[in-house]
Amino acid sequence: MLVTITERDHLEEEGSVVTPEFEKAAERAESRRGFFLALPAYAYLIVFFALPLAIVFVYSFATRNRFGGTDLSGWNLEAYRKLGEPIVRNIILRSVWLALLNTAICLALGYPFAYYLATRRPLVRNVLIILVMIPFWANFLVRNYAWRVLLGKDGFVSNVFEFVGLGSREYLFTSTAVMIGLVYGFLPFMVLPLYASVERIDDSYLEASRDLYASGWQTFRKVLLPLSMPGVVAGSILVFVPSLGAYVTPEILGGAKTTLLGSYIVTQFLTARNWPVGASLSFVLMAVMGAALIVYFRKGGRNL
Amino acid sequence: MTAAVEITGITKRFDDVFAVDSMDLTIDDGEFFALLGPSGCGKTTTLRMIAGLEFPTMGSLKIFGDEVGTLPPNKRPVNTVFQNYALFPHMSVEQNIAFGLKMQKVPRRQIADRVAEAIKLVRLETLERRKPDQMSGGQQQRVALARALVNHPKVLLLDEPLGALDLKLRQEMQLELKHLQREVGITFVFVTHDQEEALTMSDRIGVMNHGELLQVGTPEEIYEHPVNRFVADFIGQTNLLAGTVESSDTLCLANGVRIHADSDLEVGSRAAFCLRPERASVHPQGTVDGGRESLDGRLSEVTYLGNSIIYTVALDWMSLEVRTENHPGEERPQVGDEITVSWRSGAGSVVAE
Repeated sequence: MLVTITERDHLEEEGSVVTPEFEKAAERAESRRGFFLALPAYAYLIVFFALPLAIVFVYSFATRNRFGGTDLSGWNLEAYRKLGEPIVRNIILRSVWLALLNTAICLALGYPFAYYLATRRPLVRNVLIILVMIPFWANFLVRNYAWRVLLGKDGFVSNVFEFVGLGSREYLFTSTAVMIGLVYGFLPFMVLPLYASVERIDDSYLEASRDLYASGWQTFRKVLLPLSMPGVVAGSILVFVPSLGAYVTPEILGGAKTTLLGSYIVTQFLTARNWPVGASLSFVLMAVMGAALIVYFRKGGRNL
Repeated sequence: MTAAVEITGITKRFDDVFAVDSMDLTIDDGEFFALLGPSGCGKTTTLRMIAGLEFPTMGSLKIFGDEVGTLPPNKRPVNTVFQNYALFPHMSVEQNIAFGLKMQKVPRRQIADRVAEAIKLVRLETLERRKPDQMSGGQQQRVALARALVNHPKVLLLDEPLGALDLKLRQEMQLELKHLQREVGITFVFVTHDQEEALTMSDRIGVMNHGELLQVGTPEEIYEHPVNRFVADFIGQTNLLAGTVESSDTLCLANGVRIHADSDLEVGSRAAFCLRPERASVHPQGTVDGGRESLDGRLSEVTYLGNSIIYTVALDWMSLEVRTENHPGEERPQVGDEITVSWRSGAGSVVAE
């Protein structure tokens, strides 16, 4: 940076009249300074993100040999073809379904709450936002184990059901348990962008809508919801993308019958020692997420 | 004839602040009525109560004879032009204007016709497909008007609709609004803090301060016969000379000088003499005709305004402003001259403190 500053001084000394050359040089110096500032981040991303990603990409075209190793020769699309097999396909479908369901539930629970938040006075609002954030202060793993206790045999949930006379119920190791855990874990990611988006909407739009004969519901459908769409899209992507690849929650709360993508990828790498399939699946998953993000930015989600 | 809006004993309390305090007001059908006052005087709250955006703490509110005080805004036959227009940013001009009709389930064919008619009324042809953020402030203002008027409301409420426009455009729109109101024949209730705007546009004005309606009258009544110091001061330029009422036609000013001024205030009560700058004139001392009231002073400032000249005259205890037409070539008193300010008896009025 020091270099560029002296460079500029030098340019200024040369002549007092501003010329297009001077302007161009100044712009170049400006962009060079920006690049130097971003350099550490670039270096980090290349070493720890781009390179590993490239390795995964390369491995997805490799072949698993008989000893569980990976031969980096004889490149083929076998690993991708495997993704079409019923077992894998079912896992993908189940994961997508669960992620969609999770997104829908979070949206249904999160929207009214975000609206409630946005319409409180500042003090109440801040307290409530902190309450939404508090779960983040506890370890994710610990929180999932807590649900295991709550949902397990003789756990709180089961006891409540028994108490109100519905008989003992056990949800642990079912899709329901996974669903509860996912909604619990991802709800804040839905609430915060929704809140940010709803909070920014001027009250007068809603008043104008009511003044123009819209009922409360119509005002929501025709004015509030469309105007808060950036928040809806942002929240949905923030919930959908990570829950599609969720690993910890399904692993702790789900049973063997509910294997999801995350667990399957781990199994491929560690247990089955089939790195190409694990790699290809990871890559497809990432492509889906990438697509979702493009949709998000297209939808004008600059305001997160 | 039923009144367009009939407000009886309306009070609006926010926590322990009375935004509007037991107000009575009747607005006639077809009237252009302005609610005028400084910010925070309760005028906007009053308008919002008529719209249904705020519910009165108590009192009765009738629109064309029907009690509406407890109805939500979508159940009232009124529409509002909001201060910042509040045009829906995700809808085109056409969609914005059609919104109210769609919500009322007006048949599609009729909607198209009425929207086209409204667009023509405010001269926005060719801009139907624009989004609000692609339009100038003046155009947005027209869209907001069309969006409200297309519903044929019984009363149109306007909340400082010209506040966001620059001076030139504002003056244009003042006239346009007035013409529009005559054309559609709908009762307009207009909120403003700009006294000039209120005087220019309205049939009648209600002046408010601290949640109270102080005076209701035609622009002329309010300008010529303000009820108290606040109204006199708020409407137009004025000199207010404090004093005490001595009899029904004498006021004793603060410096002990007595002047002739009719008033119906109680003898002995504190009052002020309201003298508009353009109603007085300045003369060299000792040259005042009989039959005129006068006060002596010294000329302390002359402000040249082109079409008129303002003389600031220092009296013993306060200073007065006198505004005269500018007659080129006429000899003018100089700063420092001993002069007399005079006015025709009856040119000023006595107002309560």
